[in-house]
Amino acid sequence: MLRKPRTAMLDDGPATLEACQVTFSFNGTPVLDGVDLCLLPGRLLGVIGPNGAGKSTLVRVLSRLLNPAGGSVQLNGQSLAGWQPADLARVLAVVPQDRELPSAFTAWETVLMGRTPYLGWMGKETRRDRDIVRRAMEETGVFHLAHRLVGQLSGGERQRVVVARALAQQPRVLLLDEPTSHLDISYQVETLSLIVRLVREQALAALAIFHDLNLAAQYCDELVLLNLGRIVARGAPDQVLTPELLQQVYRAEVVVVPHPLNGLPAVFPVGGSGSV
Amino acid sequence: MERASDREDVQRRPRRRGLLLLAGLVAVMIVALLEVAWGSFSIPPATVAAMFWQRVTGGSTVGAWPDAWETVIFEIRLPRILLAMLVGAALAQSGAVYQGVFRNPLADPYLIGVSAGAGLGATIAIALGLPLHWEGLGAVSLFAFVGALAATAVIYVLARSGGRSSVVTLVLAGVAVGAFLSAVMTFLMFRARDAFRTVHVLGWMMGSFALASWAKVYLLAPVLAAGGGLLWAYAHRLNVLQLDDDQAQQLGVPVERTRLIVIGLATLVTSAAVSMSGVIGFVGLIVPHAVRLVWGPDHRFLLPMSVLCGAVFMVLADGLARTVLSPAELPVGVVTAFCGAPFFLYLLCRKRHVLAR
Repeated sequence: MLRKPRTAMLDDGPATLEACQVTFSFNGTPVLDGVDLCLLPGRLLGVIGPNGAGKSTLVRVLSRLLNPAGGSVQLNGQSLAGWQPADLARVLAVVPQDRELPSAFTAWETVLMGRTPYLGWMGKETRRDRDIVRRAMEETGVFHLAHRLVGQLSGGERQRVVVARALAQQPRVLLLDEPTSHLDISYQVETLSLIVRLVREQALAALAIFHDLNLAAQYCDELVLLNLGRIVARGAPDQVLTPELLQQVYRAEVVVVPHPLNGLPAVFPVGGSGSV
Repeated sequence: MERASDREDVQRRPRRRGLLLLAGLVAVMIVALLEVAWGSFSIPPATVAAMFWQRVTGGSTVGAWPDAWETVIFEIRLPRILLAMLVGAALAQSGAVYQGVFRNPLADPYLIGVSAGAGLGATIAIALGLPLHWEGLGAVSLFAFVGALAATAVIYVLARSGGRSSVVTLVLAGVAVGAFLSAVMTFLMFRARDAFRTVHVLGWMMGSFALASWAKVYLLAPVLAAGGGLLWAYAHRLNVLQLDDDQAQQLGVPVERTRLIVIGLATLVTSAAVSMSGVIGFVGLIVPHAVRLVWGPDHRFLLPMSVLCGAVFMVLADGLARTVLSPAELPVGVVTAFCGAPFFLYLLCRKRHVLAR
């Protein structure tokens, strides 16, 4: 029993999310200051920047947890403010930053929560919901964990469960807040490869926050460098990850060299005995 | 191989849950039947079943049993047991809902003002010497109901700022308002200087079904059916609320509105139950907790199972309350705490690892 869309904003096609001159301040301190960006189907936009640059606030504004003080966020040309909560959750999914999950739910139950915006008023899932949950779990390689309690999963498994939950929403737009920050390198590679593949295959418009500049360079189509709430650079990874820009924003001396296999930029700190 | 069995398991689960609920329902009926038969003088359960059967079919069995038995069963014991079932079910379900919405396993239905408000309302009615019996209800019930709802409403309004309520503020406001109301209540008791009324208030604060009546059953049943049914419809959203507010919002649950509705319904149900029976502790805390420890935290199963287990637990507790010191009666709250607490500790020790986060 599918809930009927209550607005005309829903269709199954690709979606775009656009932020225009978004500002947000917290207790008078500007956190976002005139941010413009556009998420396009099939492309992964990486957001980098030092601590306190406003990266997480940006995700919160883009997912309507916070209302921008100025400017606007538009999903498919409609202001985010006008969307019904359930309609929005059918189009836009968020993978939050290493949040704690209630440990007593099974992985299956946790991924099933991604179907929330589709469930009828009694919250009973249909066979179709179960099929979608199963596909999302197979896609992320956690279906064999379906019956395990979330509290018994490793960090990497838990993160993939959260990604599966986002996929179960069948979103068109995917926002990821440091999706791999606490994972081992094998899980980082695995999770990000999965995300990029899904972005391409399902034409998702995606944004991901990165702490690790090298991962951002490897997986993103375009990077945005945020500092003090402003976008100071944007473009392909090799245009944004330049020693000059990074030094100016992060206040750390770095060298940027091409990755030996694919030529994408790789950033190394200069410090200790290495500095000449 | 493992995958195939997992898949089967996942799909089979709803049916197993249905069977468990059915078993719970049968247990409720068996316990009710035994309790009706059991009392200050016992009637064979088979005879009780026959008496029910005769009522249902309307057949005549004159002389099969004394007329007094009819009165004892249908006018005294049955309304009392039905009321105990309703109150137990209401407290257990509200407890499950409160624990869910506050994301705190130590929450109980009295967390935000119901017991203090109901207690003060009842104390005022008793201190003013208002009539105890009125159409089978009495002023105490009315005052307690209004007091419980008013106290919770005040707490909610106090804890709200800028259109948002935080769980912590709600709990703290609940503690403060509860302490204030208890102080007023104690003041009124001391001022009354009337041992009888003081004992009456104290007894009411421990709960009892001695004043059960059909009128109370008829009044309470529809409130609980409506409130409980609506709460069940919110079960999945309660699951999602176990994540944090942000994630719930991002999954399409309007957190603030949902919390207001769910707290409102649970408070209405609890207040109605408490006004009929007095403040009975522990049921709303341990029953949902026990159900959660055994069958997991999915509210879609937790809520109905808590209803059934709460009903069984309360009927058994009331059975003990009216027979242990027979012909005197214990307040049922003494029994629920006395039996509930050790059982709860047992569950806690057995399933400690599930609680460790």
